[in-house]
Amino acid sequence: MLVSVYRYNPETDKKPYMKDYQVEIPEGKDLMVLDVLALIKEQDESLTYRRSCREGVCGSDGLNISGKNGLACVTPLSEAVKGGKLVLRPLPGLPVIRDLVIDMSLFYKQYEKIQPYLINDQPAPAIERLQSPEDRAKLDGLYECILCACCSTSCPSFWWNPERFVGPAGLLQAYRFLADSRDTATQDRLANLDDPFSVFRCRGIMNCVNVCPKGLNPTKAIGHIRSMLLHKEI
Amino acid sequence: MGVSITNFGRSGLHDWMIQRASAVILAVYSVFLLGFFLTHPDLQFSEWKALFGHLGFRIFSLLALISVCAHAWIGLWTISTDYLKATGIRFVFQAAYVIALFVYLVWGIEILWGV
Ligand code: SF4
Repeated sequence: MLVSVYRYNPETDKKPYMKDYQVEIPEGKDLMVLDVLALIKEQDESLTYRRSCREGVCGSDGLNISGKNGLACVTPLSEAVKGGKLVLRPLPGLPVIRDLVIDMSLFYKQYEKIQPYLINDQPAPAIERLQSPEDRAKLDGLYECILCACCSTSCPSFWWNPERFVGPAGLLQAYRFLADSRDTATQDRLANLDDPFSVFRCRGIMNCVNVCPKGLNPTKAIGHIRSMLLHKEI
Repeated sequence: MGVSITNFGRSGLHDWMIQRASAVILAVYSVFLLGFFLTHPDLQFSEWKALFGHLGFRIFSLLALISVCAHAWIGLWTISTDYLKATGIRFVFQAAYVIALFVYLVWGIEILWGV
């Protein structure tokens, strides 16, 4: 099978280029894209990519796979190969450090901005802060995010304004803490999101929903944040 | 996160609400005009003039005109901050549409109250 891979080593290459590899795929098996990368690495040790858990939990091998962002470890070739060819590029919109490895600083900066931790100004109870099963259920579909960045790097608003638009991943987490009954900083959190960029750069095109490997829905979370802001103002 | 001085409302939420409200006003205005044309198949100038002679319709038209200006301001501001990365070019573009919208508004008022 033909695999075309984005290559760029800033120390030796003037420009990024696509390099083609012929890879022998074992018969009768639907390999994951990550397995194919391992096979290429056997041919060409200089290829660089991130990976860790190899089962869709750590979120480190997000790639642009034949035009669609996804995790290499959980994307089977049967889904990824188009016209007998597999095309692998780094996640778009962020600077490339080398080959398929991107610099995620801006992504993390936006995540940091939404204060992704529980804030509670009440004295801590002896054992733990309790939450009813109903309130706990509100966090479903939010807490599962693994910060792979597939969503934010598929979002044009994040491409154009990565310094100012929080992006789908960060906003999903922002809502995860807004929705948490144990958090007491709701008003401050909302006040920090009210500017024209942080939330409102979302135009609702739902690229994020389309690519999330965990099946989460950042657009819906952004809608909830908007209505919370609206309720606060009216 | 500071609010940009060139955006329209006081906050992102404000812009967003104005964008939606102006869209609704423009939709209602368009439907009204469409209805007017459909119920007046061979429209004469006198009927057209009578429509605009009505104070209520003039107010409605002014509201629609203000909606166009607000809607365009917010939309063009968004586009300019997405795609025009050079500050100088962005500023010239923003100044141009603000002036153009202002001219349309004054000109529109002049037309509405001139009939
Ligand atoms: S919302 Fe989904 S796509 Fe976005 S960072 Fe989280 S797991 Fe990845």
